[in-house]
Amino acid sequence: MNEQVKIDIDRAERTEKLQGMGCKRKRVEDIRFTQGKGSYVDDLKLPGMLFGDFVRSPHAHARIVSIDTTRAKALPGVIAVLTAADLKPLGLHYMPTLAGDVQAVLAEEKVLFQNQEVAFVIAEDRYIASDATELVDVVYEALPCIVDPFKAMLPDAPILREDIKDKMIGAHGPRKHPNHIFEWQIGDKQATDEVFAHADVTIKEMLVDHRTHPSPLETCQSVASFDKVKGELTLWGTFQAPHVIRTVVSLISGLPEHKIHVIAPDIGGGFGNKVGAYAGYVCSVVGSIVLGVPVKWVEDRMENLSTTSFARDYHMTTELAATKEGKILGMRVHVLADHGAFDACADPSKWPAGFMNICTGSYDIPVAHLAVDGVYTNKASGGVAYRCSFRVTEAVFAIERAIEVLAQKLGMDAAELRIKNFIKAEQFPYHSALGWEYDSGDYHTAMKKAMDAIGYTALRAEQAEKREAFKRGETRELMGIGISFFTEIVGAGPAKNCDILGIAMFDSAEIRIHPTGSVIARMGTKSQGQGHETTYAQIIATELGIPADDIMIEEGNTDTAPYGLGTYGSRSTPVAGAATAVAARKIKAKAQMIAAHMLEVHEGDLEWDIDRFRVKGLPEKFKTMKEIAWSAYNAPPPNLEPGLEAVNYYEPPNMTYPFGAYFCVMDIDVDTGVAKTRRFYALDDCGTRINPMIIEGQVHGGLTEAFACAMGQEIRYDEMGNVMGASFMDFFLPTAVETPKWETDFTVTPSPHHPIGAKGVGESPHVGGVPCFSNAVNDAYAFLDAGHIQMPHDAWRLWKVGERLGLHG
Amino acid sequence: MTKSHIKVTINGKTVEALVEPRTLLIHFLREQQNLTGAHIGCDTGHCGACTVDMDEMSVKSCMTFAVQAHGASITTIEGVANADGTLSALQEGFRMMHGLQCGYCTPGMILRAHRLLQENPNPTEDEIRNGIAGNLCRCTGYVNIVKAIQYAAAKINGTPFQEAAE
Repeated sequence: MNEQVKIDIDRAERTEKLQGMGCKRKRVEDIRFTQGKGSYVDDLKLPGMLFGDFVRSPHAHARIVSIDTTRAKALPGVIAVLTAADLKPLGLHYMPTLAGDVQAVLAEEKVLFQNQEVAFVIAEDRYIASDATELVDVVYEALPCIVDPFKAMLPDAPILREDIKDKMIGAHGPRKHPNHIFEWQIGDKQATDEVFAHADVTIKEMLVDHRTHPSPLETCQSVASFDKVKGELTLWGTFQAPHVIRTVVSLISGLPEHKIHVIAPDIGGGFGNKVGAYAGYVCSVVGSIVLGVPVKWVEDRMENLSTTSFARDYHMTTELAATKEGKILGMRVHVLADHGAFDACADPSKWPAGFMNICTGSYDIPVAHLAVDGVYTNKASGGVAYRCSFRVTEAVFAIERAIEVLAQKLGMDAAELRIKNFIKAEQFPYHSALGWEYDSGDYHTAMKKAMDAIGYTALRAEQAEKREAFKRGETRELMGIGISFFTEIVGAGPAKNCDILGIAMFDSAEIRIHPTGSVIARMGTKSQGQGHETTYAQIIATELGIPADDIMIEEGNTDTAPYGLGTYGSRSTPVAGAATAVAARKIKAKAQMIAAHMLEVHEGDLEWDIDRFRVKGLPEKFKTMKEIAWSAYNAPPPNLEPGLEAVNYYEPPNMTYPFGAYFCVMDIDVDTGVAKTRRFYALDDCGTRINPMIIEGQVHGGLTEAFACAMGQEIRYDEMGNVMGASFMDFFLPTAVETPKWETDFTVTPSPHHPIGAKGVGESPHVGGVPCFSNAVNDAYAFLDAGHIQMPHDAWRLWKVGERLGLHG
Repeated sequence: MTKSHIKVTINGKTVEALVEPRTLLIHFLREQQNLTGAHIGCDTGHCGACTVDMDEMSVKSCMTFAVQAHGASITTIEGVANADGTLSALQEGFRMMHGLQCGYCTPGMILRAHRLLQENPNPTEDEIRNGIAGNLCRCTGYVNIVKAIQYAAAKINGTPFQEAAE
C-alpha cells in the first residue's frame, strides 16, 4: 500500500468516526422514544398537583348574562373555579396576542366562538374537574353570528369585538369596519393595473385555502408550579418557542423574568399549533399562583381542534396577466383573511399576512400587487403557520394553481409554461416584484431532473389516450397529473424586518467543550420531532472534529439555554444551525491558538485536518481537538483565559429560499369520487444536506400532511357557528392505508449567506405538496371544462363535481 | 366514589390496586402505575397512541376501563425491550429505519406492530398498512414505519432484510 492510500484511508476513517454533516446518522432521541421513556408534559407528576379543566361556550356569539359557580364549588374535590371576574382585578382576563391584538383568557361579557373558555375549574383530579365543568351554570343570551368572512364587513353586520369597537386604528393601521382587523398592501398597484389593462391574456380565479388545523398527536398542555416563598414560577409546557413564552408570562404576570423558569420537555409534534400562548397556559399559571400548588392543564382533542390555532382560511382572488406566448407580465392578488374572533396569528410583528408576498413564486414576474384584508368572524382565533413559514402555503397555492389556470387558457402545457417563466440561475440573488431577495436557486436543472424521473412526456401521452377512452365510454377513470414548483421563504429572520413582540428573530447556540473533549451544546430552538439532538451534533462534529456521539444537545430549558425565538417556519437550521456553526468556529479559532502553543509554532503554520490541527508540511506533528480541550483547562497559553466554550446569537442577513419540483399522478373514479395517488415524486433543494435520512423523513411527513389538507382535512362551521367535526372521527388524518407512497429526490444549491449553506426543509413538502395534489385533481377534470375545483378534494366533493358536470348519466 | 379492587399482570409483574369504576385503563397505567409510555392522543379511540397489549390483543387503553383489565395480562412499551435491556427487534427496527420523529405515537405503534407480527409473522406491505390502520402518525408518512416492521419481521424470522429501493 502506498503512502497516499494509507493517508486517504486514515482520513476517511477519521471522518466516518465523527458522524458529521452529510451522513445518515441514526437518531439519538430514538433510544428513549422507542422505550416509552420520552418525557412529555402530561407525564409530569408533582406532589400536590391539581388539575384544571375549562367550561366552554356552546354558542358562537352570545352575551353572558350570569355565571354561577356555586354548585361546582360544592363538589367534593373541587378547589377553585376561576372566571373573568377573578382575573380582571389582576389584569389577566385578556392577554396580548403575537399579532398586536388582545385575546380573552376567560370570557367576560361575551363569547365570540363556540368552545371559547368561560371558566376554569381546578380540582384534585381530572375526572372531578371534568365533572365540575358540568356544574357551572352559565346563562347566555344568543346573538346573531358571522361565519362567512364575506359578510363580516357588511354595513348591518353585528359588531363582534365590542372591547375594541371604537378603536379604528389597529395594530396594522386603519380599520374600515368594526369587524375589520387590517388592510395590508404591497407592490406597485398602478403599474400592475396598467399591465392588466393591456395584456393579451388574463386569468382571475377565487382560490380558497380552507380552514384546517395542525393537530399534532399530543395536544397543548402545561404544568405551572409557583413557589410562594421564593416568588418563582416554573412552567412546563408544549412550547415551540419557550423563551418567548417566558417573556410573555413575565409581561402579563408582572413576575420578573429571572424568576420564571420555562421548560419545554419532549414535544409530541407541533406543526405550528404550539407557537402561540393559550388561555390554558395562563389559567394554569394563575391557578398555581393563587393556590400555591402545581396546576396541570391538558387539552382534549375536541378542545385542540376547536380552540387552539386553526390554520389558513384565506380567500384569494388571484389574477395573472400574460402575453399570448405565455410570458407572465403581472400578478394581482386580493386576500380576504378570516382570522376568527381575535387576531392571534403567529406572524412576525410587521407581517400581518405573514410572507404572503412570496406569492410570485418561482417565476420572474415583473410587476405585482397584493392586498390583504383581515376580518373578525365568530370562529376560533389563530391563523398559524401549519407546517410552513408564515402564510407561505397559501402563497404557493395561489401561484401554483393560478399558473395552471393560465396554462389551460393559453392551451399550453403547464410544465412548459413554468419553465418559460422560471427565474434563471444567473438572476440570483433575485429581487422579486413584492420585495424579497431570493438567495439562490437553479430551477431549470431541478425541473428537468424531476420531469425525467417521473417520465413526464410519457405520462401526458398516456393521459391523452385515457381521455379519449373516457370520451368513448371505455373507462370511468380520470387521470390527473399534478405539478408544483415551489419556492419557500424560511429562516425568519433579519432584525430589520422580523421581530416577535419587539424581540429580533435571531437564534442562538452555546457550545461548551469539557476537559475530556466531550461537549454539551444548548440552542434557543426546540425540537418537536425534527431530531435536533441528532443533527446539531452533526454540525458541531464536522466543525470541531469531535464525534457526534460525544456531543449532547439540550434545548427547551430557558434557565440554561441561550435566548432564542424557537422552532417554527423552518428556522432551526437556517438560524440556530448557523449560530451553531459560528459558535463552533469561535471555539476552533481559540483551539488553534492553543494548538500553536502546544506545538510551539505560529498559529499561521497550522492547518485543520478533520479532527486536529497539524503543522503545515509536517502532518505527523498535530494536536487533536481532544488533546487541545485538555490543554485548554490544564495549560492554556499565557494571556489566554482557560476553558473552551462559545456562544453565538445569530442574526441572519437574509431568509433562505428552499425550492422543489413535485409531480403527482392520480386516478379518480368519476362515479365514486375516490382519488387514488398512483405516484408522488418530490425533488427538494434545501441547500447543504446535514442528515439525508432525517431530510427524507421530514419530506415524507410534510407530504402526508399536504395530502391530508388537499384531500379532505377541514375545520368547517355551520351557519350557527357550530364547529363541525372537531374529533378524529370527522377531521381527516390519513392512516397508513390511505397515505400514498413517496418518492424523494434532491438537488443541492447551497445558500450563499448561510455559514454551512443549509436552507431548511421541514415545511417544503407541505408547502409544495398541497398545490400539487390540488393540481392533479383539477388536471384530471380539466378537459371536461370543470373550472377550478376548490379543496378539500374528498370523495364526496369529487362525486359532486361529476354530478355537476353530468358525468353520472 | 366506591372503588373496585383489581389484580392485573403488567409486564410480567402482578399488581393489585383500587380504582374507580370509571377510571380508564390509560389513566390507571400512566398515573397509578407510572407507566407513561402509552399516550393519549384523541380520547375517542381513533389515534391508537394509547395502544397496549392485553391478553394477546391490541387494546386502546383510552377506550377500556381499568376494571376490565381485572385478571388480565398487559404488556406496555416499558415491557417490550429484551431481557438484557437491549432494544427488541421492533424497537431497533423503528430506530434503524427512522420510523419515528416526535415519538408520541411510537409506543402504541410498536405495541400494535408487536401483536401484528404475532398474528402474522411475515406480513406483506399491504398487510402491514392495514394492520396498523388503527394507529395514526402525524410525522413520518408511514413509509418508514412499514420498513421498520419489515426489518423487525426479518430479524425475528432470521431472514435477510432488504430495504425496498425507491
